[in-house]
Amino acid sequence: MRSPEQQAVISGIGTSAVGRRLGRAGLDLTIDACLEAIADAGLTRDDIDGLATYPGFRPDPPGMSPVGVSDVKEALALPLNWYAGAGEGPGQLIGLFSAIGAVAAGLARHVLLFRTVTESSAQTAGRRASVNGTDGERVQARFEWSVPYKAMSAATLVGLMAQRHMHEFGTTREQLGAIALNGRRNAQRNPAAVYRDPLTMDDYLASRMISTPLCLYDCDVPVDGSAAFIVSHVDTLPELAHPPVRVEAIGTSLLGRDSWDQRADLTTMGAFDAASMLWSRTDLRPADVDVAELYDGFTYLALQWIEALGFCGHGEGGPFVEGGKRIAFDGEIPLNTHGGQLSAGRLHGYGFLHEACTQLWDRGGEHQVPGTPEVAVVGTGGGPLGGCVLLTRSR
Amino acid sequence: MTFPPAVAAEDLPGGPVQPLPLVSLLSADFWSGGAKGELRILRCQDCGFYVHPPRPVCARCLSRRLEPEAVSGNASVYTFSINVQPWYPGQSVPYVVAIVELPEQAALRLTTNILGCGVDDVAIGMAVRAVFVEVEDVFIPMFEPGVAT
Repeated sequence: MRSPEQQAVISGIGTSAVGRRLGRAGLDLTIDACLEAIADAGLTRDDIDGLATYPGFRPDPPGMSPVGVSDVKEALALPLNWYAGAGEGPGQLIGLFSAIGAVAAGLARHVLLFRTVTESSAQTAGRRASVNGTDGERVQARFEWSVPYKAMSAATLVGLMAQRHMHEFGTTREQLGAIALNGRRNAQRNPAAVYRDPLTMDDYLASRMISTPLCLYDCDVPVDGSAAFIVSHVDTLPELAHPPVRVEAIGTSLLGRDSWDQRADLTTMGAFDAASMLWSRTDLRPADVDVAELYDGFTYLALQWIEALGFCGHGEGGPFVEGGKRIAFDGEIPLNTHGGQLSAGRLHGYGFLHEACTQLWDRGGEHQVPGTPEVAVVGTGGGPLGGCVLLTRSR
Repeated sequence: MTFPPAVAAEDLPGGPVQPLPLVSLLSADFWSGGAKGELRILRCQDCGFYVHPPRPVCARCLSRRLEPEAVSGNASVYTFSINVQPWYPGQSVPYVVAIVELPEQAALRLTTNILGCGVDDVAIGMAVRAVFVEVEDVFIPMFEPGVAT
């Protein structure tokens, strides 16, 4: 008996060029990624009957989401039975979860899922990416309670969480730095990564502070780029070019407050809720995971995901990553094998999904982990936002 | 209760309050309490639960009878971050963003700024009290070291 999410598979992936200031339209990059994903699945444009993205087109912050479902629907002239671009949900992977839901519900057979950013070009054009409240407009809803205090960047919001974690558990900057260094080491094996120069702990500790305790190398890099996926119903296997990646389980719950400051325990947050749901829907255990692709928009968030998913206990993430051996490319749980968003660029969660599939299809080339990874986990989001998916190789 | 007088908006670390909150029907009491020196939090009149951010129903008992009530103005620093990076041209740095916890209820917290001390003097657990910064039509509650009298 398959669970609802096990009705869905990932049958193809694609990506555009990913980099700094590419000088290309977001939709242009998106079409590169989408056509590659459709071809990878062995499908044609006419097979696509569903379309999903996260969070849908947004004019602001600049470059954060320049392409919505309407743009791709029109550009590729897709006849669709189902489509959605939703911003509210359990983290960035809401696009994947809604695609899985559509497939499992029988509303579509092959959903094209994409995520596009042009934050690097937007920043070059004189507007800072990922900063709220600089347009002179008054702020409302969630932002009403933080942005007037000049908590304008997620770096500050996550810095608040990291500081509390350090206070409660003795976590150190060097331990956060181990995640940054791990990403850079992996990026050196990945020709598509954005930052590939060696990074030492001395470099990390000497870099300029952004919002304590987070320094420059704790923060990921805004890029231009797009990633695309085909989420297919498992019954379409005979139509596909190669065995797909299986969806074993998803985690989408938010049990605590939907807030950056009101949750009872600010060192758990949404990731813990989502991870507990994920493990309740599978017989697999953390020890079965071969590759972990965990959101590192800030180093601390990856640390939080490591704890949330049970690779170590709550509060034990610092010692777990210290020195970097356990999370290394050839360690017990290889982390962010493409370099993560810290070194490969912020595709806002979807770079991790792309890399998990890459590893499960043995396509990693120089950054393919040793052995034959069978199980990969992807966890994305920070603060109250968190969603995760457990993926397996077809057997 | 007595609160210190409003703090001059032009003297704030990190520059002026920018942007201002868009005051809503639900949040108007919170953003105007400073005019009377009051930190006002919405409270359930049936079960006594404080509801923040303000919402038209008690999250504990679902009562619709909620009223803004002045709390002590005391708090302790739950966590903080010294913002060093300027986010718009000319922004003065550094400044402290903190989450403070009010003694009236567990996990009743405000994200805020800490004034009246050096950025390196802020520590988790530090006792702070509310002060208000008047800008246009709002009184922004912030906190400084000390205990409200």
